[in-house]
Amino acid sequence: MALGLLAKKIGMTRVFDENGRIRPVTILKAGPCRVLRHRTVDVDGYSAVQLGFEVVRPDRISKPMRGVFQSLGTDTYRHVAEFRAEGELPEVGAELGPDLFEKGALVNVRARTRGRGFAGVQKRHGFGGGRASHGSNFHRAPGSIGTASTPGHVKKGRKLPGQYGNKYRTIRNLVVVDVMPEEQLLLVEGGVPGAPNTLVRIEMAG
Amino acid sequence: MANTELLRRVTEAQLKSDRPDIEPGDTVRVHYRIEEGGKTRVQVFEGVVIAIRGGGIDRTFTVRKDSFGIGVERIFPYHSPHIEQIEISQRAKVRRAKLYYLRELRGRAARLKPRDRFHSTKKTAKG
Repeated sequence: MALGLLAKKIGMTRVFDENGRIRPVTILKAGPCRVLRHRTVDVDGYSAVQLGFEVVRPDRISKPMRGVFQSLGTDTYRHVAEFRAEGELPEVGAELGPDLFEKGALVNVRARTRGRGFAGVQKRHGFGGGRASHGSNFHRAPGSIGTASTPGHVKKGRKLPGQYGNKYRTIRNLVVVDVMPEEQLLLVEGGVPGAPNTLVRIEMAG
Repeated sequence: MANTELLRRVTEAQLKSDRPDIEPGDTVRVHYRIEEGGKTRVQVFEGVVIAIRGGGIDRTFTVRKDSFGIGVERIFPYHSPHIEQIEISQRAKVRRAKLYYLRELRGRAARLKPRDRFHSTKKTAKG
Protein backbone atom coordinates (compact mmCIF):
# COMPACT_ATOMS: atom_id res chain seq x y z
CA MET A 1 0.00 0.00 0.00
CA ALA A 2 1.25 3.41 -0.87
CA LEU A 3 0.05 6.90 -1.39
CA GLY A 4 -2.54 7.17 -4.13
CA LEU A 5 -5.58 8.96 -5.42
CA LEU A 6 -9.25 8.49 -6.03
CA ALA A 7 -10.28 8.91 -9.63
CA LYS A 8 -13.13 8.54 -12.03
CA LYS A 9 -12.88 6.46 -15.18
CA ILE A 10 -13.56 8.60 -18.24
CA GLY A 11 -13.05 6.13 -21.06
CA MET A 12 -10.53 4.70 -23.47
CA THR A 13 -8.81 6.03 -26.54
CA ARG A 14 -5.43 5.77 -28.17
CA VAL A 15 -2.44 8.07 -28.23
CA PHE A 16 0.80 8.12 -30.17
CA ASP A 17 3.88 7.93 -27.95
CA GLU A 18 7.30 9.57 -28.51
CA ASN A 19 8.23 6.80 -30.93
CA GLY A 20 5.06 7.32 -32.91
CA ARG A 21 3.62 4.02 -31.78
CA ILE A 22 -0.02 3.70 -30.83
CA ARG A 23 -0.75 2.96 -27.21
CA PRO A 24 -4.20 2.11 -25.91
CA VAL A 25 -4.95 4.22 -22.86
CA THR A 26 -7.62 4.63 -20.23
CA ILE A 27 -8.27 8.20 -19.18
CA LEU A 28 -8.83 8.76 -15.48
CA LYS A 29 -9.94 11.99 -13.88
CA ALA A 30 -7.60 11.75 -10.90
CA GLY A 31 -8.44 14.52 -8.52
CA PRO A 32 -8.65 16.98 -7.09
CA CYS A 33 -8.35 14.92 -3.92
CA ARG A 34 -8.31 16.85 -0.63
CA VAL A 35 -6.32 15.56 2.33
CA LEU A 36 -8.93 15.41 5.10
CA ARG A 37 -6.80 14.10 7.95
CA HIS A 38 -3.86 11.97 8.90
CA ARG A 39 -3.84 8.64 10.63
CA THR A 40 -0.83 8.34 12.87
CA VAL A 41 0.80 5.43 14.59
CA ASP A 42 0.44 7.16 17.97
CA VAL A 43 -3.29 7.79 17.72
CA ASP A 44 -4.59 5.21 15.27
CA GLY A 45 -1.96 2.51 15.28
CA TYR A 46 -1.06 3.03 11.62
CA SER A 47 0.08 5.77 9.31
CA ALA A 48 -2.16 6.94 6.48
CA VAL A 49 -3.84 9.88 4.81
CA GLN A 50 -7.55 10.19 4.33
CA LEU A 51 -8.63 11.72 1.03
CA GLY A 52 -11.93 13.19 -0.12
CA PHE A 53 -12.93 13.20 -3.78
CA GLU A 54 -15.77 15.09 -5.51
CA VAL A 55 -17.42 17.81 -3.46
CA VAL A 56 -21.18 17.35 -3.20
CA ARG A 57 -24.07 19.17 -1.58
CA PRO A 58 -24.39 18.16 2.10
CA ASP A 59 -27.89 16.78 1.55
CA ARG A 60 -26.53 14.24 -0.94
CA ILE A 61 -24.64 12.26 1.68
CA SER A 62 -25.65 10.42 4.81
CA LYS A 63 -26.20 12.25 8.05
CA PRO A 64 -23.41 10.37 9.84
CA MET A 65 -20.97 11.37 7.08
CA ARG A 66 -22.20 14.94 7.33
CA GLY A 67 -21.23 14.84 11.00
CA VAL A 68 -17.76 13.61 10.11
CA PHE A 69 -17.17 16.47 7.69
CA GLN A 70 -18.58 18.95 10.18
CA SER A 71 -16.14 17.89 12.87
CA LEU A 72 -13.31 18.06 10.34
CA GLY A 73 -14.53 21.48 9.22
CA THR A 74 -14.19 20.62 5.52
CA ASP A 75 -16.40 20.49 2.47
CA THR A 76 -18.58 17.45 2.05
CA TYR A 77 -17.20 14.82 -0.32
CA ARG A 78 -18.93 12.03 -2.13
CA HIS A 79 -16.02 9.63 -1.74
CA VAL A 80 -13.56 9.18 1.11
CA ALA A 81 -10.70 6.70 1.25
CA GLU A 82 -7.54 6.10 3.18
CA PHE A 83 -4.13 5.42 1.72
CA ARG A 84 -1.39 3.94 3.85
CA ALA A 85 1.75 6.03 3.70
CA GLU A 86 4.85 6.27 5.83
CA GLY A 87 7.19 9.17 6.45
CA GLU A 88 6.34 12.63 5.28
CA LEU A 89 2.64 12.96 4.55
CA PRO A 90 1.04 15.68 2.45
CA GLU A 91 -0.42 18.37 4.71
CA VAL A 92 -4.01 18.29 5.83
CA GLY A 93 -5.98 20.48 3.44
CA ALA A 94 -3.54 19.91 0.58
CA GLU A 95 -4.99 19.20 -2.82
CA LEU A 96 -3.58 16.17 -4.63
CA GLY A 97 -3.87 15.66 -8.35
CA PRO A 98 -2.51 13.41 -11.08
CA ASP A 99 0.92 15.06 -10.81
CA LEU A 100 1.40 12.82 -7.78
CA PHE A 101 2.50 10.28 -10.39
CA GLU A 102 5.28 10.65 -12.90
CA LYS A 103 5.11 9.77 -16.53
CA GLY A 104 6.39 6.22 -16.92
CA ALA A 105 5.61 5.21 -13.32
CA LEU A 106 3.81 1.98 -12.54
CA VAL A 107 0.46 2.09 -10.74
CA ASN A 108 -2.07 -0.37 -9.43
CA VAL A 109 -5.71 0.48 -10.08
CA ARG A 110 -8.66 -0.96 -8.26
CA ALA A 111 -12.28 -0.57 -9.27
CA ARG A 112 -15.59 -2.32 -9.36
CA THR A 113 -16.11 -4.34 -12.54
CA ARG A 114 -19.20 -3.97 -14.68
CA GLY A 115 -22.07 -5.86 -13.08
CA ARG A 116 -23.52 -8.56 -15.30
CA GLY A 117 -26.05 -9.85 -12.77
CA PHE A 118 -26.80 -13.53 -12.33
CA ALA A 119 -24.99 -14.88 -15.37
CA GLY A 120 -25.01 -18.32 -16.92
CA VAL A 121 -22.06 -20.52 -17.38
CA GLN A 122 -21.21 -19.41 -20.93
CA LYS A 123 -20.90 -15.74 -20.10
CA ARG A 124 -19.41 -16.27 -16.66
CA HIS A 125 -16.94 -19.05 -17.30
CA GLY A 126 -16.67 -19.26 -21.06
CA PHE A 127 -18.25 -22.69 -21.42
CA GLY A 128 -18.80 -23.82 -24.98
CA GLY A 129 -22.46 -24.77 -24.88
CA GLY A 130 -24.31 -26.86 -27.40
CA ARG A 131 -25.79 -26.51 -30.87
CA ALA A 132 -28.61 -24.06 -31.46
CA SER A 133 -30.52 -26.25 -33.90
CA HIS A 134 -30.70 -29.66 -35.53
CA GLY A 135 -32.74 -31.10 -32.69
CA SER A 136 -30.19 -30.24 -30.06
CA ASN A 137 -31.72 -30.19 -26.62
CA PHE A 138 -28.53 -28.81 -25.16
CA HIS A 139 -28.07 -25.07 -25.61
CA ARG A 140 -26.57 -22.95 -22.82
CA ALA A 141 -26.89 -25.32 -19.87
CA PRO A 142 -23.83 -26.24 -17.78
CA GLY A 143 -24.13 -29.99 -18.53
CA SER A 144 -22.91 -32.59 -16.12
CA ILE A 145 -21.72 -31.19 -12.81
CA GLY A 146 -20.18 -34.36 -11.46
CA THR A 147 -20.51 -38.09 -10.87
CA ALA A 148 -23.38 -39.90 -9.08
CA SER A 149 -23.31 -41.73 -5.75
CA THR A 150 -19.52 -41.62 -5.63
CA PRO A 151 -18.80 -39.14 -4.11
CA GLY A 152 -22.50 -38.20 -3.86
CA HIS A 153 -21.99 -34.46 -3.86
CA VAL A 154 -20.86 -31.75 -6.22
CA LYS A 155 -17.18 -30.91 -5.91
CA LYS A 156 -16.39 -27.59 -4.29
CA GLY A 157 -15.32 -24.93 -6.72
CA ARG A 158 -17.49 -26.32 -9.53
CA LYS A 159 -18.08 -23.57 -12.11
CA LEU A 160 -21.79 -22.80 -12.09
CA PRO A 161 -24.08 -19.85 -12.85
CA GLY A 162 -24.10 -17.00 -10.37
CA GLN A 163 -23.35 -13.34 -9.79
CA TYR A 164 -20.83 -12.08 -12.32
CA GLY A 165 -19.10 -8.73 -12.09
CA ASN A 166 -19.80 -5.83 -9.73
CA LYS A 167 -16.79 -6.97 -7.79
CA TYR A 168 -13.59 -5.12 -6.93
CA ARG A 169 -10.67 -6.08 -9.10
CA THR A 170 -7.11 -4.76 -9.05
CA ILE A 171 -5.01 -4.40 -12.17
CA ARG A 172 -1.35 -4.18 -11.26
CA ASN A 173 1.58 -2.40 -12.87
CA LEU A 174 -0.16 -0.23 -15.43
CA VAL A 175 2.18 2.29 -17.03
CA VAL A 176 1.39 5.98 -16.65
CA VAL A 177 1.52 7.19 -20.24
CA ASP A 178 0.79 10.84 -19.60
CA VAL A 179 -0.12 13.27 -16.86
CA MET A 180 -2.26 16.30 -17.61
CA PRO A 181 -2.42 18.34 -14.39
CA GLU A 182 -4.37 21.24 -15.91
CA GLU A 183 -7.22 18.90 -16.77
CA GLN A 184 -6.69 16.67 -13.71
CA LEU A 185 -6.25 13.73 -16.07
CA LEU A 186 -4.06 10.67 -15.86
CA LEU A 187 -3.52 8.35 -18.82
CA VAL A 188 -2.66 4.75 -18.05
CA GLU A 189 -1.86 2.10 -20.60
CA GLY A 190 -4.45 -0.60 -21.02
CA GLY A 191 -7.86 -1.25 -19.55
CA VAL A 192 -9.28 -0.44 -16.14
CA PRO A 193 -12.19 -2.35 -14.58
CA GLY A 194 -15.67 -0.91 -14.67
CA ALA A 195 -17.83 1.26 -16.85
CA PRO A 196 -17.17 4.97 -17.45
CA ASN A 197 -17.81 7.10 -14.33
CA THR A 198 -16.71 4.25 -12.08
CA LEU A 199 -14.76 5.25 -8.99
CA VAL A 200 -11.17 4.07 -9.32
CA ARG A 201 -8.51 3.78 -6.65
CA ILE A 202 -5.00 4.45 -7.94
CA GLU A 203 -1.90 3.55 -5.96
CA MET A 204 1.76 3.50 -6.69
CA ALA A 205 2.79 0.00 -7.61
CA GLY A 206 5.30 -2.04 -5.66
CA MET B 1 -17.24 18.19 -18.09
CA ALA B 2 -18.68 15.53 -20.28
CA ASN B 3 -16.55 12.44 -20.72
CA THR B 4 -16.60 12.63 -24.51
CA GLU B 5 -15.34 16.19 -24.32
CA LEU B 6 -12.45 15.10 -22.11
CA LEU B 7 -11.62 12.24 -24.48
CA ARG B 8 -11.51 14.68 -27.37
CA ARG B 9 -9.21 17.04 -25.47
CA VAL B 10 -6.71 14.29 -24.73
CA THR B 11 -6.29 13.42 -28.37
CA GLU B 12 -6.81 16.68 -30.23
CA ALA B 13 -3.21 17.83 -29.81
CA GLN B 14 -2.06 14.78 -31.75
CA LEU B 15 -4.34 15.33 -34.73
CA LYS B 16 -2.51 16.45 -37.86
CA SER B 17 -4.23 19.37 -39.48
CA ASP B 18 -1.97 19.36 -42.52
CA ARG B 19 -3.20 16.07 -43.94
CA PRO B 20 -4.96 16.26 -47.30
CA ASP B 21 -8.61 15.19 -47.53
CA ILE B 22 -8.30 11.76 -49.03
CA GLU B 23 -11.28 9.86 -50.36
CA PRO B 24 -11.93 6.27 -51.39
CA GLY B 25 -10.68 5.81 -54.94
CA ASP B 26 -7.78 8.20 -54.59
CA THR B 27 -4.40 6.95 -55.68
CA VAL B 28 -2.01 8.12 -52.99
CA ARG B 29 1.67 8.07 -52.24
CA VAL B 30 2.19 7.66 -48.49
CA HIS B 31 5.61 8.75 -47.28
CA TYR B 32 6.11 6.61 -44.20
CA ARG B 33 9.09 6.96 -41.88
CA ILE B 34 10.66 3.67 -40.90
CA GLU B 35 13.20 3.11 -38.16
CA GLU B 36 15.49 0.15 -38.54
CA GLY B 37 18.90 -0.53 -37.09
CA GLY B 38 19.06 2.92 -35.49
CA LYS B 39 18.55 4.61 -38.84
CA THR B 40 15.41 6.23 -40.16
CA ARG B 41 14.41 6.37 -43.78
CA VAL B 42 11.26 7.22 -45.65
CA GLN B 43 9.43 4.59 -47.61
CA VAL B 44 6.75 5.41 -50.15
CA PHE B 45 3.71 3.18 -50.37
CA GLU B 46 1.66 3.94 -53.45
CA GLY B 47 -1.78 2.54 -54.12
CA VAL B 48 -5.51 3.06 -54.09
CA VAL B 49 -7.40 4.09 -50.96
CA ILE B 50 -10.04 1.40 -50.63
CA ALA B 51 -11.42 2.24 -47.19
CA ILE B 52 -11.45 5.00 -44.62
CA ARG B 53 -12.80 4.32 -41.18
CA GLY B 54 -12.98 5.91 -37.76
CA GLY B 55 -12.98 9.51 -36.66
CA GLY B 56 -10.61 11.71 -34.72
CA ILE B 57 -7.47 9.91 -33.67
CA ASP B 58 -9.02 6.55 -34.54
CA ARG B 59 -9.18 7.39 -38.24
CA THR B 60 -7.35 4.93 -40.46
CA PHE B 61 -7.21 4.34 -44.18
CA THR B 62 -6.42 1.24 -46.19
CA VAL B 63 -4.18 1.49 -49.23
CA ARG B 64 -4.12 -1.34 -51.74
CA LYS B 65 -1.51 -1.85 -54.38
CA ASP B 66 -0.54 -4.53 -56.79
CA SER B 67 3.01 -5.68 -56.20
CA PHE B 68 4.24 -7.97 -58.98
CA GLY B 69 0.83 -9.57 -59.29
CA ILE B 70 0.27 -9.89 -55.55
CA GLY B 71 -2.25 -7.59 -53.92
CA VAL B 72 -0.78 -5.81 -50.91
CA GLU B 73 -2.86 -3.82 -48.47
CA ARG B 74 -1.64 -1.60 -45.72
CA ILE B 75 -3.64 0.17 -43.04
CA PHE B 76 -2.28 3.53 -41.92
CA PRO B 77 -3.45 5.59 -38.96
CA TYR B 78 -4.40 8.87 -40.62
CA HIS B 79 -2.75 10.93 -37.88
CA SER B 80 0.34 8.77 -37.42
CA PRO B 81 3.45 10.87 -36.77
CA HIS B 82 5.34 8.39 -38.95
CA ILE B 83 3.52 9.66 -42.02
CA GLU B 84 5.55 12.54 -43.39
CA GLN B 85 3.36 13.30 -46.33
CA ILE B 86 0.39 11.99 -48.28
CA GLU B 87 0.34 12.87 -51.97
CA ILE B 88 -2.79 12.40 -54.02
CA SER B 89 -1.71 11.48 -57.51
CA GLN B 90 -5.09 10.64 -58.98
CA ARG B 91 -8.74 10.72 -58.00
CA ALA B 92 -11.33 8.37 -59.40
CA LYS B 93 -15.07 8.30 -59.73
CA VAL B 94 -16.33 5.65 -57.34
CA ARG B 95 -19.83 4.85 -56.16
CA ARG B 96 -19.22 3.35 -52.77
CA ALA B 97 -17.27 4.13 -49.62
CA LYS B 98 -15.50 0.78 -49.30
CA LEU B 99 -13.86 -0.52 -52.46
CA TYR B 100 -13.40 -4.09 -51.28
CA TYR B 101 -14.62 -5.37 -54.64
CA LEU B 102 -11.24 -4.42 -56.07
CA ARG B 103 -9.79 -7.42 -54.28
CA GLU B 104 -11.63 -9.70 -56.66
CA LEU B 105 -10.42 -7.88 -59.75
CA ARG B 106 -7.10 -8.14 -61.56
CA GLY B 107 -5.31 -6.10 -64.16
CA ARG B 108 -7.38 -3.89 -66.41
CA ALA B 109 -10.61 -4.71 -64.60
CA ALA B 110 -9.20 -3.30 -61.39
CA ARG B 111 -8.68 0.12 -62.91
CA LEU B 112 -10.83 3.01 -61.74
CA LYS B 113 -12.18 5.72 -63.98
CA PRO B 114 -10.32 8.97 -63.24
CA ARG B 115 -12.37 11.93 -62.23
CA ASP B 116 -12.51 14.79 -64.69
CA ARG B 117 -10.72 18.02 -63.99
CA PHE B 118 -8.65 16.72 -61.15
CA HIS B 119 -5.35 18.42 -60.52
CA SER B 120 -2.70 16.34 -58.85
CA THR B 121 -1.40 17.60 -55.53
CA LYS B 122 1.94 16.02 -56.30
CA LYS B 123 3.77 19.25 -56.92
CA THR B 124 2.03 21.44 -54.38
CA ALA B 125 1.17 19.33 -51.33
CA LYS B 126 3.56 19.54 -48.44
CA GLY B 127 3.09 17.73 -45.23
